Amino acid sequence: MAVAARKAGRAASGTANKSTSNKSSTRGAAPNTPQFEKSQDLAAYNDMLLIRRFEEKSGQMYGMGLIGGFCHLYIGQEAVVVGMQMATKEGDQVITGYRDHGHMLACGMDAKGVMAELTGRRGGLSKGKGGSMHMFSKEKHFYGGHGIVGAQVSLGTGIAFANHYRENGNVCLTYFGDGAANQGQVYESFNMAALWKLPVVYVIENNRYAMGTSVNRASAQTDFSKRGLSFGIPGEQVDGMDVRAVYAAGQRAIEHARSGKGPYILEMQTYRYRGHSMSDPAKYRTKDEVTRMREEHDPIEQVRRRLLESWKLSEDELKAIDSKVREIVNEAAEFATHDPEPDPSELYTDILL
Amino acid sequence: MAIDILMPALSPTMEQGKLAKWLKKEGDKVKPGDVLAEIETDKATMEVEAIDEGVLAKILVSDGTDNVAVNTPIAVLAGEGEDVSSAASRAPAQGGGEPPPAPGPSAPQQAPVPDMQAEGMAERPAPAERPQQADLSVPAAPSVITNRTGYNAMAEIPEGTEMVNMTVREALRDAMAEEMRNDGAVFVMGEEVAEYQGAYKVTQGLLQEFGAKRVVDTPITEHGFAGVGVGAAFTGLKPIVEFMTFNFAMQAIDQIINSAAKTLYMSGGQLGAPIVFRGPNGAAARVAAQHSQDFTVWYSQIPGLKVIAPYMAADAKGLLKSAIRDPNPVIFLENEILYGQSFPVPKLDDFTIPIGKARIHREGKDVTIVSFSIGMTYALKAAQELEKEGIDAEVIDLRTIRPMDTDTIIASVMKTGRCVTVEEGFPQSGVGAEIAMRIMENAFDYLDAPVARVTGKDVPMPYAANLEKLALPNVGEVVQAAKAVCYR
Repeated sequence: MAVAARKAGRAASGTANKSTSNKSSTRGAAPNTPQFEKSQDLAAYNDMLLIRRFEEKSGQMYGMGLIGGFCHLYIGQEAVVVGMQMATKEGDQVITGYRDHGHMLACGMDAKGVMAELTGRRGGLSKGKGGSMHMFSKEKHFYGGHGIVGAQVSLGTGIAFANHYRENGNVCLTYFGDGAANQGQVYESFNMAALWKLPVVYVIENNRYAMGTSVNRASAQTDFSKRGLSFGIPGEQVDGMDVRAVYAAGQRAIEHARSGKGPYILEMQTYRYRGHSMSDPAKYRTKDEVTRMREEHDPIEQVRRRLLESWKLSEDELKAIDSKVREIVNEAAEFATHDPEPDPSELYTDILL
Repeated sequence: MAIDILMPALSPTMEQGKLAKWLKKEGDKVKPGDVLAEIETDKATMEVEAIDEGVLAKILVSDGTDNVAVNTPIAVLAGEGEDVSSAASRAPAQGGGEPPPAPGPSAPQQAPVPDMQAEGMAERPAPAERPQQADLSVPAAPSVITNRTGYNAMAEIPEGTEMVNMTVREALRDAMAEEMRNDGAVFVMGEEVAEYQGAYKVTQGLLQEFGAKRVVDTPITEHGFAGVGVGAAFTGLKPIVEFMTFNFAMQAIDQIINSAAKTLYMSGGQLGAPIVFRGPNGAAARVAAQHSQDFTVWYSQIPGLKVIAPYMAADAKGLLKSAIRDPNPVIFLENEILYGQSFPVPKLDDFTIPIGKARIHREGKDVTIVSFSIGMTYALKAAQELEKEGIDAEVIDLRTIRPMDTDTIIASVMKTGRCVTVEEGFPQSGVGAEIAMRIMENAFDYLDAPVARVTGKDVPMPYAANLEKLALPNVGEVVQAAKAVCYR
């Protein structure tokens, strides 16, 4: 399904920069939010809905004790990864931190495999040995899934280094949060990426809270798009709740990186509806704040409205998409519940090649 | 008064150098800051500047002289108003220009024995008496391979192979160059590896042969470039990441452990990191606590890593080539003091040594001494001393610390019934502790004495020359420990 969005994105590339206004940009020339073709809106709706329903199901299964440990849900942030993925081409890589389920689904990784990994079963993408925060797919160019805050930034820069070394024309999308943005190795990586003009797009998912600490309490410079300025890395702030704005910014950033101009920073202004992890009651923010975001800025609701109003889809047609997505998620949950745990012999495999 | 100009030490570990060229001649006036001569070490060419004002009365060591020991008088400077000819006529080792006293007292000092009971440690068969021989308490100076050691060490090299003498430094460089020629996915990155030719000159010439794309100078950014290396390795490139020293790799240890070592497991076998982290490890000389630590056991604790610490040049070359080809992350621990030491290396087109195999460096029947890296210098000298006293020591060079070649250790201990371990690292949870445990698990009934360990002392490395000497192990301690386990 995610692949559908990617194809739709490619087919419609060049439709950027139409109508409506975007948020501020450090580059000055604030590009307008583009309109989507019908196929793009449909694909984006489909992919975002899959992530939303998958994450809701994950939350449920965590509550049932089927998923253990840490489980960080992506609900609310779906437009970021779906919009970015629409702007990529085959071969571009993705790497992120521990809030990674959405990224994997958007990369086209099998929902069953992801869910079975969450439940620690042998059919999981890491054979049950990685869990929620550690999944990978070479085939889908997804490099994890990393549990140490900020580590993926250097790793993603290294993947871009390899692209540069091989001259393969690929770009690595390196995602991290507003919390990770304060880690030292992020700036070590910015420096090297700019110095060597590596094809990397740094996507900072600013969901306003690093665990329980709001951006204002943790960051001296809260405009994350400016975090690369001293290295000469261009950046822009993007309405991360609007998949069209994300897609358009993603195209600009990826084109910049692919053309040999070096790294680019996109600050995605987004919001997570749930706590930091399943065990976080999120008492550091008001219910009102969450409700307002859900009601006024929900990324999926925005597309749904366009499908109904601009593209004249019927409620029944949307329901059909909905039930198809639910079917995929239910199948994944079913599989992840009944798939056996790894064989004990797996304890000692995959340590060395 | 005439002043002796001495051969300067240009690095912490320099012991000698070549007086390449005089830039002043006898009779020239000299003022402070003037360049007098050029000195070549195995690492670099450096200029010697005048410190005092006067006239260069006599040159004692001529252009092109090799192996001039540090602190040898190389010229005599006549001071202001002094008669140049009388200054010149003064023989170098006499008169007023005394060479500076060697640091530290002339009598060998002994490290105080820590209170083992206070540490909650049982009394071990440690020697009550400390060695008195001055020559045994000298810090590591690599020993030559004696005839006695030759046959086993060379057993893995085909008979009739031509051997060439080369330094550990050259052997490492050749290993990288050969692998880079064979495989375009291999590249080197690190601080000063390219233009500067390596902080310790290990990457000398690589930039010229392979270009800046494959020999990459990084900013001083250990955490960052370690992560960049691992990310590149995830895609299938084979980075050799040089740490200027492993002391600085502590900044990067998260990427080494959490990203490089664990990802294969966490990905269910999908994504590995074929990467080598290499550089000098352990104490150099007089660089104090932050620059003198042996990290062998830190890395050896981690499943998902291989850890190599060679002693001889042939092992350095053969094992580094194997490490670069290995699909797993490998920690390759070199030693600055060994870099300049020469050993015979087989002249073969493609010489590799398997990872995970120890070498019996010297056969013996009375006691097994197990060591690795620079620890071998103490072990081998101790074996020579022990031989004089009628104790026939078997010396095992582990070469690879993880996976550890337990079989070779156990087979030897079954033969000798006694074991001493030697390492420069700290005692607690050290390699010696691990070896002792493995012997307990596998050959307890064969032991005729408890295993003894000789290690660096349980203190941060001090700067003062005498204290540094005491903090390191010495040959006497190895001899004493070996005699203790032999009840002699």
